Parts: sequence; C-alpha cells; structure tokens
Amino acid sequence: MGKKESEMHEKNLALVEEAFKKYYFDHFDQIHVPPRTSEREFGYQKFNLGMKRHLAIKNDQDLHLLLMTQIPSDVYCSNGYYSFPNLPMAEKDWKEADLIFDLDAKDLNLPCRKDHTCIKCNNCQNTSIYQTTCPNCASTKIEIKSVTCQNCISELKKEVKKLLTILKEDLGINNEDIQVFFSGNEGFHVHAVNSQYQTLTRERTELIDYIMFKGAIPESFGFTKQNFSKTSFPEPNEKGWGGRVSKAIFNSKAKRTKAIQQILQGGYSVFNSRLEKLQNTIGIKIDPNVTADIHRIFRLGGSINSKSGLSKILCKDFVDDFDPYLEACFIDDEETQVLANCPVQFKLKNKKYGPYTNEKISVPKYAAIYMICKGLADAS
Amino acid sequence: MIDLGKEDLAKYPFLAEAGEYIRDRGFNLEEFGHSDFKPVLEKAYNRIQVATTGKIYNSDLHLDNLDSEILSFVISIIMLKSVGISSLTRRFSLAEARRAERYLQQDINRSKDGSRVELAFKILRDVFSIDVNVIHDDFVISVSDYVHRAIHFHEKEWKLVNRRVENGLVYLNSHETVRLIRRELDNYINSKIQSVSIPSVPKAFDEHVSVLRSLAKKFTSTFEISTEYPPCIKHAIEVLDKGENLPHSGRFMLATFLLTKGKNIEQIVPLFKNAPDYNEKVTRYQLEHLAGKTGAGKKYSCPSCDKLRSEDLCFEIPACNNIINPLQFGKKRIRNA
Repeated sequence: MGKKESEMHEKNLALVEEAFKKYYFDHFDQIHVPPRTSEREFGYQKFNLGMKRHLAIKNDQDLHLLLMTQIPSDVYCSNGYYSFPNLPMAEKDWKEADLIFDLDAKDLNLPCRKDHTCIKCNNCQNTSIYQTTCPNCASTKIEIKSVTCQNCISELKKEVKKLLTILKEDLGINNEDIQVFFSGNEGFHVHAVNSQYQTLTRERTELIDYIMFKGAIPESFGFTKQNFSKTSFPEPNEKGWGGRVSKAIFNSKAKRTKAIQQILQGGYSVFNSRLEKLQNTIGIKIDPNVTADIHRIFRLGGSINSKSGLSKILCKDFVDDFDPYLEACFIDDEETQVLANCPVQFKLKNKKYGPYTNEKISVPKYAAIYMICKGLADAS
Repeated sequence: MIDLGKEDLAKYPFLAEAGEYIRDRGFNLEEFGHSDFKPVLEKAYNRIQVATTGKIYNSDLHLDNLDSEILSFVISIIMLKSVGISSLTRRFSLAEARRAERYLQQDINRSKDGSRVELAFKILRDVFSIDVNVIHDDFVISVSDYVHRAIHFHEKEWKLVNRRVENGLVYLNSHETVRLIRRELDNYINSKIQSVSIPSVPKAFDEHVSVLRSLAKKFTSTFEISTEYPPCIKHAIEVLDKGENLPHSGRFMLATFLLTKGKNIEQIVPLFKNAPDYNEKVTRYQLEHLAGKTGAGKKYSCPSCDKLRSEDLCFEIPACNNIINPLQFGKKRIRNA
C-alpha cells in the first residue's frame, strides 16, 4: 500500500482527531500500561506524521498525558524488555520479549473476501468494487480496502482457538499468562507473558514453524523410508501434531485402515506432499514476521486503530459470542455528515451501512470515522 | 553432592572432580616422566592419535585400568598443550565429546531400570544447564532448552514440528538427548584444555609431541586467501583454519562461493581438512554434489547476504557496499569508484 491515509485532508483530520481525543478522554479505564512498564519501549504515530519511538513511559498517568497532548493516531508498546528502553536500539540492552501473535483475516483468504473488499485508485481517487485495475482510469496503482465481515471474524476465532490449544497443551503456557485482543481492524493479537520462551531470540522461528505446521516430514508421522506398518501411524487421541494429523487424515476409525493402505500404496513422496498441504488446513495462520520479531513495537491494548477507528480491546474469557464490531466500537453516535464513496456494505453496532456512491449522508459518528479511516468517505 | 566413583571419573575425565582426584593422589608433572608411566603416556598418545583419524577412543573400564584411564586424559592435554596446534586440540575435544556422549547415553538409559544414574543427569544439569526428566520410556526436556540447541542442526528431524511435544516438554530417546549437547560438550572440553597452563614438560614427552606435531601438519591448510574475498568468506576460512567447527550453513556458503569463483574440487577439499569432523570422502562427495556433478545435476548457488545475515555468517564491512550476494564483492566497488 502506498501513501494512503497518511495524507488525511484537513477536514477529515479535524473530525478524526476530535473523535480520538474524546475516546482517549472518556475511556482512560480502557487503556493501561502493560506490566513491567519501565522496561518497555513505547512509540506512537500522529496523523500525517511519521513514527516516534524509543520512548519510556512510567505509568498510566504518563500514558494518559501523552494521549491527551499528542492525540496519536496509533500507539505502540514493545514486546521486548530492555534495561534502557529509551536509548537507540543498539544501546537498549535487550533482556527478553513476550511471545506475540498476529492473526489477520486477509491471511485466511476466505471466499467471502471479495464481497467485503473494494479498491481505491491512488491515481484518480475513484473507489469501486474489488478488481485489479481502476475502472475509471485503468491505473493499477490501487489500494485494497476491506470492511467488516462476520464470517472472517468467526473463522479467525476458530484459528485463535486452535492457536490457544497449541500454546497451552503443546507449549505448556499457562492460561493466565495468555491474553487475546481484537486488533482494532480485522484481526486478533495474542500475547503470552512469563513463559519459558521469553529469552528465546532466533529460536522463535522453530516455534513459528511448529505452530504453522511447517517442515513436517513423513518419518515423524509414522512413515519411515525403511520400515513402516499400519501401527506406526499416529492415533487421533495422541497429543500434539500426531493426533491432529491423524484426525485430519483418518477422520474416522472405520476409514483408518483404508486410508493407511492408500498412503502405503502412494509412497513416501505422496505422503510428504500431503503433509505439506496440511499446512493450509491444520497449520495456524499466524504472521511469522510478527512472532519472530523480538524488538517489535506492537499496538497497545486499549488504543484506537487508525485504520478503522475501532479499539484494540481485550477479549476476556475469549468466547464465541464476542462481536468486535459491537464491543470495540467506542466512538459516539452523534449524527455526522460525510460524502461517502463506499462501494461495499459494512456493519457496525448491529447496523448496516452502504453501499454509497458519491453520496452526502448523515450517519453516526463511529460509522463516519470508520469510513474516513478506510479512505472511503470525506468529512463535509 | 554425588560421590563420584573412579569409574565415573574415567568416563568423564573432563569433570573438575577428575582433576581433584589426581591432585589428591599426589601425582605431579615430573613424575609422569618416570618410566613407570610409559604405558600411560602411550595411552595418552593413542587417545589423540585415534582422534585424528575421526574415530572414537575406546576406553577399557576394567577396574585395574581406571587410574590410567583418568591419567591418560590429563596427559593427553599436556601433550596437546605442548604441541600447541589448535586444529589438533579441536579434533581431540570433538572425539572426547563423542566418547563421553556414549557413556552419557548408556548412563541415562540405565535410569529406566531404576539404577542410580544421577551423575549423568547432574552433568547435563550442572555443566549444560538442561534439566532432563524421565516419563515412562522417554526423556523429556523443556521446549526452550530443546530449540535453543536443535536450531543448530540442519536435518529436518530435529525441527520441533517433527518432535513429540506436550505441556512445554519435548520427548526424546537417550541418543537424541545426548546428541543435542555434542557441540557444547566439545566446547566445554576444549575450553578446559585452553584453561590449563603447563610450566614445563618432562623430556619423556618429547618424542610423542614431535610425532603429534607432524601428524597435525596434515590438518594445516595451505589455502591462499585472496584479498578479493568478502569478509564472510574470509571469516569462514579462518574458522576452519583454527580447527573450529564451521556450521553446515557456513560450509555451504564457502563451497558454493569458491565453486562459482572457478575453484575446482581439488583446490577446495584441503580447506576442510581442518574441520574437527573431517572425512575426505564425504567432503569430496558433498562438493561434487554442490557443483552439480552428482545427483540431479543441480548446481547450487551462493546464498544471499540476507540469508547469511540471518544465519549469523555475515561480517559486513564498508567495502561490502550494500551488495546483496557475496559473489558481488569487489565488483560493485570498482564500478562505483
């Protein structure tokens, strides 16, 4: 994505900043510094400006002061712990880092994606339903904009649950050390603190491959080149990947014998490519770059996401009926006029909006801000 | 504290307790020059000589032999110190590590019959900071301890995804458990040898020392390092020269780089003869494979700077001038000059 919202027009900027400021003023209770605050690096971005990082913050008061005086578009905090968080990276003295996971709807590549995705042309600013070139000026410099989708969220929740199972049952992380957040746009963030993995650096890639089920070989799942038999394949009640692979391949006991026969007939390389393909179904679709990064500044829980105007919020007791488009939407519902160019429908606080084609409309402020943040409307 | 028997000390002579035992028995350096110690000197020499062939020295743990087993390790170190060629020392430490690995494996296996085997577990815990526990027929260690070591292995079977993982623990057999620490065991023994200082060596050692010195020449490379080589390649050659272990990824980089630069296999093979686990036949085969002369005929190319950076093999200097592959070193510089 190119220049995008970073060049928000003055009128939009005034409206969004005012709404963000009000959120930060009214919802201090939502926004807390994480534990071991003084060892963390903070950073923030302001609308139309670059990132400011390498900041040290002592407590909630400091953080609230920053929010009120700077009105940032986005606020971040490191997963890493440092002796000197405010010094340049090379002098910070890294100590350890929480495990963090980013699960994003776009990485699921669901069929519904085309129905809630539209494009905005960087050349002529025209918006239209999803296609690869701008229908107005044929430019290929387009930005893809995705709006709310319940299907994506419910599929993502399944993915998060699978991840939680691995974190707890396989990797032995305590339930109370894991927090699940809605990212504020179209994803979930999972944070794990205090685990045996805090001091791992490069080794995190091994955890990532494990979670994504990458690099599995037939030998580890019962198929050795020299000798193998029906009994060497994993049983569905086994813990870890053995059981999950078994369930995925032999789904029922009755079919097991037949499935194993097929595998034995197919041979090593067929089974190998089958395991590779399983990555897409049983592997967890985390963003590997996020988890591998031990110096990342990651969106702070409770802060607003400037891609949507929704907040990154904690999903307490991560449950099925959690609806982020209801629970993470904190901007008020004062009627607001905008010029909307939003070719796809979206749903916030149980109400549907759009599609709009160059229409002057009056909508609740949260919907107005949502569209402006997405670049699909302008304040009028 | 565990009371170490003589047999334990013979198995693990690199432990501090072995040194204490020798001191307590009142042995001193001069004494080793006496003709009574000739068989032990022979044994010590043999221990090093076997290591140079890439084999593992077989100890005789018969009760009468235990003293000479323990002593021969110490005398080997004295000999190596006076030879003073680090590639020989590295070969010895790797061979001794592999030897100790065998005993550790046997000892932790015995825990399954309920015998007293605290020592092996204690060595793993105290020297290598790994807590190994037994669950039924398996040995388990924490996932973090596992990945910390397994990341240095390149065979896919060591990837965490190919392991049984439960509750933050990795399940291993006894061989895998001790194999995991070979590198550390090797470094530990090597650092022990480095830390020993010997004032003067008895004359009786001279003959063995001079034979060992000529034996060690076999491992000293005569490869000329071109000044045109990038720092990563120079570093890899230096590591091999010192007889230290260059990881698989480093060997891959070095070989593919030199092959692309037009060196032939005959010229490259000697570079690796210093590696602690050197085997000429294997090296030759692997180089032929990389050059595309065997197998599917695929010629391998030198990894990118990005890749090398991620493998800790990059030693960037300003002269690198933002190249993206070591092969570009020098070329871009000339063009920009």
